[in-house]
Amino acid sequence: MTDTHDVIIIGAGHNGLVCAATLAKAGRRVVVLERADRPGGAARTRTFAPGYSVSSGAHFLNQFPVSLIEELQLAKHGLRFAAKGLATVALQADGRHLRLDGAKAAATDLGAVDQQAFAEFHAEIASYAAVLAGAFGRRPPRLVDSDWRDRLGLLKLGWDIRTLGRDRMREVLRIGLMNIHDLASERFEDARLRSAVAFDAVLGTSMGPRAPNTVMSYLYRRTADAFGHAGPSIPVGGMGAFADALAAAATARGAEIRLQAGVASIVVHEGRATGVVLDSGEVLNASTVISNADPRTTLKGLVGYRELDAGFVRRVEGIRMRGMAAKLHLALDALPSIPGLDAANAGDRLVLCPSLEGLDEAMNPSKYRQFSAEPVIELCIPTLHDPSLAPPGKHVISAVVQYAPVDLEGGWTAAARAEFEARIMARLETVMPGIGSLVSSSELCVAPDIQSEFGIHGGHWHHGEISVDQLLMMRPVVLFSQYAMPIDGLWLCGAGAHPGGGVMGLAGRNCAQEIIRKRASA
Amino acid sequence: MGSTNQYDAIVIGAGHNGLTTAAYLAKSGLRTVVLERNPYIGGATVSRELHSGWTYSNCSYVCSLLRPEITRDLELPRHGLQVIPYGGGVTFTRDGDYFGNYSDHEQQYREMCRHSKRDANAYERFSTDVMKQTRLIRPFLMRTPPDPTSLHPSQLRELARFGKAFAELGEEGFADALRFWTASIGDFLDGYFETDVLKTHMAGSAIIGTALGVYSPGTAYVLLHHYMGDVDGSIGAWGFARGGMGAVSGALQSALFSFGGEVRVDAGVSRVIVKNGQTQGVALENGDEVHAPLVVSSLDPRRTFTKIMAAEDLPPKLVQAARNFKIRGSSGKLNIALDGLPHFTGLDQRSPLMKGDMHCIDSLERMERAYDDWKAKRWSRDPYIDMLIPTQVDPTMAPPGKHMMTVFVQYCPPELSTGEWTDADRDAFGKTVVDQISRHSPDFKNLILHMEVRTPREIENEVGLTEGNIFMGELTFDQLLFNRPFPGYAQYRGPVKGMYLCGSGSHPGGGVMAAPGANCAREILSDLRRPALVPGSYSDD
Amino acid sequence: MNTLATRPAHDPRAMLETPFHPRIAAANGLQSWYNWKGYVSAERLDQIEFEYFAIRNATAVFDISPMTKYRIEGPDSEAFLNRLFTRDVRKIREGRVGYGVWCDDAGQVQDDGTLFHTGPDLWRLCSQERCLDWLHWSALGYDVRITDETASVAALAVQGPTSCSTLRAMGLSGIETLKPFELRSFPFHDGELMVSRTGFTGDLGYEIWTSTALALPLWDALFAAGEHFLIKPIGSAALNIARIEAGFIMAGADFVPAEQGVRHGRSRSPFELGLDWLVDFDKGQFTGRRALLAERASGSRYRFVKLDVEGNKPATNSFIFGAGQRKVVGTVTSAVWCPTAKSNVAMASLDMPYGRPGEELWAEIYYMRELKWTRVMARAKVMETPVFDPPRRRQTPAPRF
Repeated sequence: MTDTHDVIIIGAGHNGLVCAATLAKAGRRVVVLERADRPGGAARTRTFAPGYSVSSGAHFLNQFPVSLIEELQLAKHGLRFAAKGLATVALQADGRHLRLDGAKAAATDLGAVDQQAFAEFHAEIASYAAVLAGAFGRRPPRLVDSDWRDRLGLLKLGWDIRTLGRDRMREVLRIGLMNIHDLASERFEDARLRSAVAFDAVLGTSMGPRAPNTVMSYLYRRTADAFGHAGPSIPVGGMGAFADALAAAATARGAEIRLQAGVASIVVHEGRATGVVLDSGEVLNASTVISNADPRTTLKGLVGYRELDAGFVRRVEGIRMRGMAAKLHLALDALPSIPGLDAANAGDRLVLCPSLEGLDEAMNPSKYRQFSAEPVIELCIPTLHDPSLAPPGKHVISAVVQYAPVDLEGGWTAAARAEFEARIMARLETVMPGIGSLVSSSELCVAPDIQSEFGIHGGHWHHGEISVDQLLMMRPVVLFSQYAMPIDGLWLCGAGAHPGGGVMGLAGRNCAQEIIRKRASA
Repeated sequence: MGSTNQYDAIVIGAGHNGLTTAAYLAKSGLRTVVLERNPYIGGATVSRELHSGWTYSNCSYVCSLLRPEITRDLELPRHGLQVIPYGGGVTFTRDGDYFGNYSDHEQQYREMCRHSKRDANAYERFSTDVMKQTRLIRPFLMRTPPDPTSLHPSQLRELARFGKAFAELGEEGFADALRFWTASIGDFLDGYFETDVLKTHMAGSAIIGTALGVYSPGTAYVLLHHYMGDVDGSIGAWGFARGGMGAVSGALQSALFSFGGEVRVDAGVSRVIVKNGQTQGVALENGDEVHAPLVVSSLDPRRTFTKIMAAEDLPPKLVQAARNFKIRGSSGKLNIALDGLPHFTGLDQRSPLMKGDMHCIDSLERMERAYDDWKAKRWSRDPYIDMLIPTQVDPTMAPPGKHMMTVFVQYCPPELSTGEWTDADRDAFGKTVVDQISRHSPDFKNLILHMEVRTPREIENEVGLTEGNIFMGELTFDQLLFNRPFPGYAQYRGPVKGMYLCGSGSHPGGGVMAAPGANCAREILSDLRRPALVPGSYSDD
Repeated sequence: MNTLATRPAHDPRAMLETPFHPRIAAANGLQSWYNWKGYVSAERLDQIEFEYFAIRNATAVFDISPMTKYRIEGPDSEAFLNRLFTRDVRKIREGRVGYGVWCDDAGQVQDDGTLFHTGPDLWRLCSQERCLDWLHWSALGYDVRITDETASVAALAVQGPTSCSTLRAMGLSGIETLKPFELRSFPFHDGELMVSRTGFTGDLGYEIWTSTALALPLWDALFAAGEHFLIKPIGSAALNIARIEAGFIMAGADFVPAEQGVRHGRSRSPFELGLDWLVDFDKGQFTGRRALLAERASGSRYRFVKLDVEGNKPATNSFIFGAGQRKVVGTVTSAVWCPTAKSNVAMASLDMPYGRPGEELWAEIYYMRELKWTRVMARAKVMETPVFDPPRRRQTPAPRF
């Protein structure tokens, strides 16, 4: 038995590391326990074929606030960017690709009206997303049993909305719960523009474009602007290198990171967390135990429902976290040709989502536990920015593919995987003719694989659906959104807590600040 | 007294909301006329004799949401309205069994137990939770929504009232409210029940009249919309208007007449006349003009602002908003004269279950696939059906021993993938529905004496509901409360002085509530600084 | 998914009959029935006074078959129940019965009930309200099986001073040694009877549980044996007088089950129902523990009291006023004139800090005589013990009367 630490953090995902760095800086003796042999959680670089590496979870750095990168001095700790502020190209089978670079929408035949409309839309959405980003940087307020800090937070939120001006305030109250299909159709004539916007709204969720809430998930994604990102970035060495920098920052501040130290359970005594038991049987004690795991894994798996109130259990069971996204990694002998695309733009974030209707049709089968006949895809060719990931002259494609439900009817058998991969390849062929012959090796990771590789229940990369009823004071569940769980000394710092998923790091930082504040007021 | 075409107020459309607004304006002493395009009044609240001896409620067909405050205040029972409660309901399953929804609590419990004991127990929690949320909304039905962007004390007061209602729910109640307003009915029911047929029976109310599927977020609210009515204080109960839904509009018209108001039928309005930013009256389709400083439209907002008002009289943003207003046709309707009471497989003809709403789809997946058809611009091949035989309760609607059946169908798109609806399409749609019912009622086809089939095309052309949408606009949050019909226009005032909206396109929406009409009249009388006449809501405590 | 073959047949009847119904119907001279959870149940079969005095003077028999009954079994059954109940159920040994309450997360009472420890890893939970949904959610994480056995177990309450004699005469030898809250099985015909010394009357009494097939033989044997001990079937109305006299609370009357209320804040914690003795913070986790610890630290909102009300007009539905008769400090939940104790008793929920033992308050009573309504303000004194609590209730061996 050792109790040389004040704080145990379970999981060295990016939120766990941010939390560790913040607490260590405040003088806490922190140990981070990670089951894998590398830090990072879903921010990880992994060799998937001899000589080929890829960011096996998240493949872009998009929402992690630039201010936090600076605060943690990640550059000093080794973070380098291979690419920053990538534009998005919505690929079209006929080669009339649409490129979205910040507020600028460009395609050979895109009308001036739509170009203007997109610029205005981009700015308008950025102003709403900024309000949301502000709320993301604070703990979510309690509404009824609130203290002065909650009321201040609410006032701040109200003030931020009000200062948008009357027209925008009205508009955000109208569209906040709307669906992206309708909003995009209201704003744009061009089918490519509509579907590119809609794709961003549903990526990483289990919703289709007609689902109310999808404007909210679009706003959610666009908080990236407020966090200082003009577009997705790719670290040199992949997301694993980003995690290494975070780990170095935490270590430099005095946190200890123990790898290959999986936690089997959290020890609870008389309603208070006192430590953890490792897979090895070793017991570690600390007065504060923080879980970077998702809420279901933490509360059901590590704590056990027996230590919790039954109504709380019911709410935890109600968290929707049905993984819908798969990852496909391709090792390529050569750069695929993309007819119609300027070679200089091949390194952009590429999106394959032909139309709103096509997006809807891709989603439809998932309702019945089947995968898309024609999946929609986000991909990048990181080797164009960082050749170190593949042998000289060779390339890697990292793709996120929807919809591939975790609970596939009949299960993800080898045959199901092969068929889904074939369908993805068929889609890729429409914009990258001949790509099939370039593939020397491939790896398909569906939600159950994501669940086992990263330990995320349901393989849902946000640790829970991004929808209004699971955000802010409802994340992970109502009454327990301020990081403290209903076990004294137990906290949640992962994406399952406010403000949620994506590689954002704010859940970890907000949680740490709440712990520091609580100690200060005690 | 000026010419006979000079009035204090013109109301366009003699639907239940138009008549309600007109009744209150006339009661206040304004010289009021209601102009109706059809040769009969009622709008979507009508009784029609399309087959000799049979009365069809051929549009809206049941009554619950009609605000009792209005019924009482306008003395509608004295003017002939009688709402009779009905109970029961049944969903037939493919295996020849059914799920029966009894109005008696214990019978219902026992029938649910037959399918799942756990579900029967969870139903208590479900009804409690639904009741909590309807109690949150009901006090606001007879109130004008506040403008959240305004800092005027009256608006802040009204907003504070909302805040207080939410606070009274408690923190968890508030979260549940948000879940209710945003969740799909499928996900929502999954939080309570394990049995598909039970969920399916409950989910019907969440998609009726709505272009959303059971897995579309936002449908849980539509369920709430159907549960927030009452018959004699029994919240969530539904009833029949004796003599068909035309009894509602008939009573309203009679009340209007008693206050000296007028109704003109065959008087379709072609244009609202605006001069110097003030309404002057309307031009009729026959070329006549009727003049009044007040013009109130009970038409849906899109029709009002794009069909009978000129774009140059309106702010461009408003015209855009009217075009974007979601008013999606998703329903069809069959009205059928029957030679006798049909038999349904497995169900005794005397069962109280037959007196309620009957359904032919037994799984959420089938319901969702029915919606997939709508998205693909087809009518559902395996449609969701809400059918009732009101002649089991109301003796006035068919000859003795004969029956009338009203069949509401989801989904039916306003336009087909092949283009506009044709008569042949309509007949094929009717056949799809009749076949669906026949699967559970072998003698049904042989009992049909006459049948009226209405697709969104017929509903739009005959009733004037755009795309045949029964709620005059989708009940999604972007079109509810202060967003209904559009932000900045939720307080019943139009963009032009003297112009108002009183239809279901305004708060609190459709469903034969008459609340928009009453709320609109309250705002008009307040603008005219006339004494307040329109009642507020009863306390729900 | 259910299939037609496994689904029970549809039963279109509005109300069911209990296994004892043929006998009760025959005895029910008044034909006064009510609906108890879907079962035809007797409200009264005879003059209410006669039925009441059968409880306090002889042997009264009340059919409790409609009561909700769950069979709880499996290796984790004790742990599951201990997390459900606020009291330590590990102290209820096999062969014993315990009374208790369970709460929601906010520490608000969902219901009260009796828990029968009938065998190794085998329990029966009896309650007024149905709670399978809550039991289901509470069971996540436990190896436990829960079965609703309401319809398959027939049960009678046999209460009153001669009840022990009646059961002895019926052949349940040694029944007099059964201690309060103890249970024991006796062979009966080709099956058995489970007898517990429990009840809802505050008197000497038993409850008998058996299979539905043995219901009528049980009734017949019981009434044959009890004839000389003046056995009498009774309805719910008389039972209600006895339970108020004994100071027992009832769901729906004295508190709103926490999950059934649609109005936030109307429910009560165990402390607010005077059930502090049922809350055990030392046993480990149970649902509501955190909230109740917080309530204990910060104080309760309400106090539940028994009142001795001046005069003889029952304080039904009365408002309770403070000493100055100016301020309403609470309301009566149950009230009755007690025919044995000759007292006018009420139970009331009062705002804190009112209702300290011995405090004098006022009850506002309305009563009607020949269509004339009268309002009186009656003194109401907070009592510490119930007005009726006879020694025979606890004596073992049970006395013969």
